[in-house]
Amino acid sequence: MSADNGHIETASKGRIKVVHIYPREMSIYGDLGNTRALASRLRWHGYEPVVHQHHPGNDFPTDAHLVLGGGGQDSGQARVENDLAHNAEALRALAADSTPMLMICGMYQLFGNAFITVEGERLPGIGILDVTTQGNAKRMIGPVVLRTAFGDVVGYENHSGSTQLAPGQQPFGTVRSGMGNNGADGTEGAVTGNVFGSYLHGPLLPANPSFADALIKMAVERALGEPFLPGRIDDEIADQARTRQVRRLVRR
Amino acid sequence: MLRTSLAVLAGKAARAASRLRGGGSALPGLVVETVDPRFLTHALAHLPRGVVVVTGTNGKTTTTKMLVAILREHGLTVFTNPTGSNFTRGVISSMLAEIPLSGRLRADIAVLELDEAHALKFAAAVKPTHSLLLNVARDQLDRFAEIDHTAKLLADLAEQTTTGVVLNIDDSFVSRIADRVRDGVKVTYFGVDPSIADRLPELQEADVRFEDDFIPPQPTDADGLLKPHDERSFEVRFGHNELVGPMVLKQRGLAAMINATAATATARVLLSKSFRALDAVAALERVEPPFGRGEVIDADGQPLELVLVKNPAGFTVALSTYGNAPVTTMVAINDNYADGRDVSWLYDVSFESLRDKGVALTSGVRAYDMALRLKYDDVAVTEVEPDLGVGLERFLTAYRSEPKRIFCTYTAMMALRRTLAARYGLANFGEEPA
Repeated sequence: MSADNGHIETASKGRIKVVHIYPREMSIYGDLGNTRALASRLRWHGYEPVVHQHHPGNDFPTDAHLVLGGGGQDSGQARVENDLAHNAEALRALAADSTPMLMICGMYQLFGNAFITVEGERLPGIGILDVTTQGNAKRMIGPVVLRTAFGDVVGYENHSGSTQLAPGQQPFGTVRSGMGNNGADGTEGAVTGNVFGSYLHGPLLPANPSFADALIKMAVERALGEPFLPGRIDDEIADQARTRQVRRLVRR
Repeated sequence: MLRTSLAVLAGKAARAASRLRGGGSALPGLVVETVDPRFLTHALAHLPRGVVVVTGTNGKTTTTKMLVAILREHGLTVFTNPTGSNFTRGVISSMLAEIPLSGRLRADIAVLELDEAHALKFAAAVKPTHSLLLNVARDQLDRFAEIDHTAKLLADLAEQTTTGVVLNIDDSFVSRIADRVRDGVKVTYFGVDPSIADRLPELQEADVRFEDDFIPPQPTDADGLLKPHDERSFEVRFGHNELVGPMVLKQRGLAAMINATAATATARVLLSKSFRALDAVAALERVEPPFGRGEVIDADGQPLELVLVKNPAGFTVALSTYGNAPVTTMVAINDNYADGRDVSWLYDVSFESLRDKGVALTSGVRAYDMALRLKYDDVAVTEVEPDLGVGLERFLTAYRSEPKRIFCTYTAMMALRRTLAARYGLANFGEEPA
């Protein structure tokens, strides 16, 4: 369909712009694997992915079709605070316009209302998800299995924040094994419209392709205004990786 | 004193019992610590040439082995802990074979490889006279939580060190620790010669490092810099006039060369005027790769390389070391505590160098996760077999007449090596020639 830098593509079903927000500061646990998985799957489905990395100090691209963010260290979060405040309005507008987004761990917390440190300091988030996170001395670490609208989802959590959903806020899933948002109420993550927050690394998307394809479907339908036409992908290896983790972790 | 002797006796008994059962190395150490919590202090604090701790994310085992070899070549009696026992209890257990009832180790100097977290626990019992701090990288984040935290552990250890610290000049997480040492403690650096600074990305991940206002220190004549001549031959330079080398190591790769540079710089600090460059070279050239760290096994007449991978930096270094000589490859990934339970880090490694030849087999508990990771880098995988025993057997028989290589996490390496040792008559862990 398109000729890009003289490189002739075979017929593409359309171009999808995937934006990874803060890949340097906020992707310490392999979360770039989510971006890699979406780019590969878009290609395998016959679409043309364009991956854009958003770094602090730039204006957020308002033509984004899919936005991804990951986990970072405290020092990484401090480095992105100002940029996130600067681009909060653009991100809220994209979210309100049904742009699919997946925010993992630290970025999930920053997409909430606030993070309250162990010392009681309140760090404001951008409020796209109606959640509030309280810092803890103890970390919640280990493998996780969730039940979600996309079937069983596996991943790995590693967070000290304990997140509470506001009344009416939907979780991403319910915990079958692991701690989830707070280790107490059985919820994990949050979803509002097409914006998903979750603590799950792993990274999340490669081993959970039905969720990855759901995000792709949302992006394609919004970007191109036509139905998603999936290609044929052999997900046998991903299915084995996931179902083996479920069998190991969930006691019947 | 009586308590110490009792602890020695109890520990020796526990060691004998656990050896009969073929058990692990931590239990005798636990027995000793319970009977005499000050055992380590008694055993080590009096050593005439001091106690050296080697720590950092990558290269501890190799560097410790190299430093010990150089010191022994200079005639010193050195106590060291064998491969893998890098927790305090493992150190105690390893003393029990040779320690007299007095509980005082008979040696000139101790050189101990310690896990970053346990190095501090150790320092609470025995203040190291010297510390060699190698690098900071993401490793087992499920245990250390954050790389900033790992850097802090090393800085805390440097603060506890009484005489000298040796720091990696090229790793800003490590070199900035110079500001944290006590007054009067001498700081020495090792690193790469400015002429090969462009190869630093082979040794450390770039994506967790930030540009900031830190200005790296300028090397002086006391600091050792690695200058490679070609893929195998290199020298360590101290200023313009003093050279150690040229030399060729048995272990391949830039990572092994920088480990040798760290060991040489540290030995020079410890030996001061009695350091002899020729003896250092002779010792380093004889050092065999530690088990599973690029060790080459003769498998039915073909070389089989066993390469331990623990974290993104280590796997990246391993792939670049071996990438220019592709052979039939197996990757074995477990997710036990010692491996790191989170396998997310595999997505921070690029496997493109394996694309041409593909991967013959993935194995281990997370064999399918590894195969999936390779799929996303367009690396073909011929077979997936989670059972390590079955996988190894298939790999050895199906590719019998080809050179082979296995990249493996820690517990996968232990299991594979046990099978290989039985099959090809190799020495076992704990019997490794020093």
